[in-house]
Amino acid sequence: MAWNYTDLVKQHFFQPKNVGVLNDADGTGKVGSIACGDALMLTIKVDKENNTIEDARFQTFGCGSAIASSSILTEMIKGKTFNDALKITNQEIAGALGGLPPEKMHCSVMGREALEAAIADYRGETTGPEEEEDEGRIVCNCFGITEGKIRKVVEENNLRTVEDVTNYTKAGGGCGSCIDEIETILEEFSEAKPEQSQKQHKPKSPKLTNLQRISLIQEILDNEVRPILQKDNGDLELVDIDGLAVSIRMVGQCSGCRAAGLTTSWIEDKLKEIVDPAITLDVVEEGA
Amino acid sequence: MRTIYLDNNATTAVDPQVVEAMMPFLVEYYGNPSSMHEFGGNVANAIEKAREQVASSLGATHPTEIVFTSCGTESDNTAIRSALGSRKNRHRLITTRVEHPAVLTLARHLERDGYKVTYLPVDGDGNVSLDLLEEEMDEDVALVSMMAANNETGVIFPVEKAGRIAHEHGALFHTDAVQTMGKVALDLGGGNIDLLSISGHKVHAPKGVGALYVRRGCRFRPFLLGGHQERGRRGGTENVPGIVALGKAAQLSQAHMDEEGTRVRALRDRLEKSLLAMPDTRLNGDVDRRLPGTTNISFKNVEGEALLLMLDRKGICASSGSACTSGTLEPSHVLRAMGVPFHFAHGSLRFSLCRVNTDEEVDSVIEALPPIIERLREISLFKD
Repeated sequence: MAWNYTDLVKQHFFQPKNVGVLNDADGTGKVGSIACGDALMLTIKVDKENNTIEDARFQTFGCGSAIASSSILTEMIKGKTFNDALKITNQEIAGALGGLPPEKMHCSVMGREALEAAIADYRGETTGPEEEEDEGRIVCNCFGITEGKIRKVVEENNLRTVEDVTNYTKAGGGCGSCIDEIETILEEFSEAKPEQSQKQHKPKSPKLTNLQRISLIQEILDNEVRPILQKDNGDLELVDIDGLAVSIRMVGQCSGCRAAGLTTSWIEDKLKEIVDPAITLDVVEEGA
Repeated sequence: MRTIYLDNNATTAVDPQVVEAMMPFLVEYYGNPSSMHEFGGNVANAIEKAREQVASSLGATHPTEIVFTSCGTESDNTAIRSALGSRKNRHRLITTRVEHPAVLTLARHLERDGYKVTYLPVDGDGNVSLDLLEEEMDEDVALVSMMAANNETGVIFPVEKAGRIAHEHGALFHTDAVQTMGKVALDLGGGNIDLLSISGHKVHAPKGVGALYVRRGCRFRPFLLGGHQERGRRGGTENVPGIVALGKAAQLSQAHMDEEGTRVRALRDRLEKSLLAMPDTRLNGDVDRRLPGTTNISFKNVEGEALLLMLDRKGICASSGSACTSGTLEPSHVLRAMGVPFHFAHGSLRFSLCRVNTDEEVDSVIEALPPIIERLREISLFKD
């Protein structure tokens, strides 16, 4: 469908400000993934005496509003102290663009997250799973959205419906199996019983989310498997990850190689060892 | 700015001759075809003429094999419900993973009603395997529903052969032929296709009219219950201007079929070749088994909605299978079923051409697109 983007969104999409990477960046924040369809990398340069963001650049893979949100974000944070920058809400990012269509509010949330990540990176804080422990377990497995993130966004934006939550976080926008849970969270907010809701937090599951699993598999393939194949003038291409089923395509010298069976069982073993013993690897024919 | 419309698998411009044919039925001849007076009777005659035109263009043996509906989706729903309703002792439906939502959403709904649905996979080129269909068939299959051509990739499916396989096991066969009408001739004479759906607005008639072919002798259960219209097969006062328009459009589409296969195909091929010459692109779909006007190309590491917005600013209309354009937050089910990798699936563009498109329009796209891709790759954080 065609979106009713404001002139400001169009302006920041067609002529984005501050595109690129700061070579001498003091902090880098990377959020989203290619699997989800949008990803943003924010680099910042810091005036260390005043704890002020001197300069900012972005690179974004995503739709018009994702690019526009990234662009306006860099403009909004330049010259601001960390404290002031961190006060910027996703609503303010959207507001600075003259508003975003409701279905696109998650783009502004992504901008806000990239900013937090970049500042955390500068401060030397980790934003890995450890840090997010207090954010609770995963509610939406399709997009890897935690209960903590949903609660935070619901509270900050005063959300009332599942549709709102999907628009702001993507949660519930895939298979839809978590909609009941989102409704439960929303009901708690409308009943305004935050103490009670705290008690319902379940212990964090060590299980990987779909998103974490996808990232981990990509990382292993890119860093540990492909460099070895490339030495023999071969390579592989990740075709799909559907739950625990990974499909790849062998290319170059690897395609049709007589040792291909050995190679793929080695890759499968590696994925089973690091990611999940239940991983299955399927090799798709080249050109198929 | 002139609009360059290359999104004809989504909808088409109404042909001026179609407008001319339907106008009198919006203005002068407003009678109800069910009325006893001649004023209404004349309108009924116009519907019968349209029925003959549609039957003839599809190669149906008899005009009564055509039932007019409100759209392709209604035709699909009617066909599938009718087939299952008339094969009550069978509990399976076989379809494909890449059907139009008009079929897929219904299939998922039927699963909740207790039907067992098998979704045939497609290979990397978007082709279905008849061997797999054969393997899946048993005496519990009531219906096989397979589209005649895929709307996103244009890949053509072997529906006559699939119909024969269905019949060998006593099942009925339905095909959603919304995309093939006027582009690819299907053989209804062979008797392998029991039910076939078409839609008016894909063939230069207006929106709001469709038709269902029901092979003579095939049991039928109406979907919309009401009056005796369409010989009791579809209740509801007929959309007379729409039906007259569909008749005329069907006649025109048959007349233009050769042009689709030659001139339109050549335009598409030229566009495709030139776009695929850009680095990091891929063609989605079997190059040799496609609708003549459709091409689906992915551009690595750029996102489809951003691409469409930039094209739109140049007046170029196309579509994409990216998550942000699918309305579901996930990329196209068709590209995913084909195993197109994520960094290509999000950056897909579909151009669908038709008989009104020109060389100049294709030239404009060939000129406009490369700088857009280059710019979006500059902005993108994924580089390889």
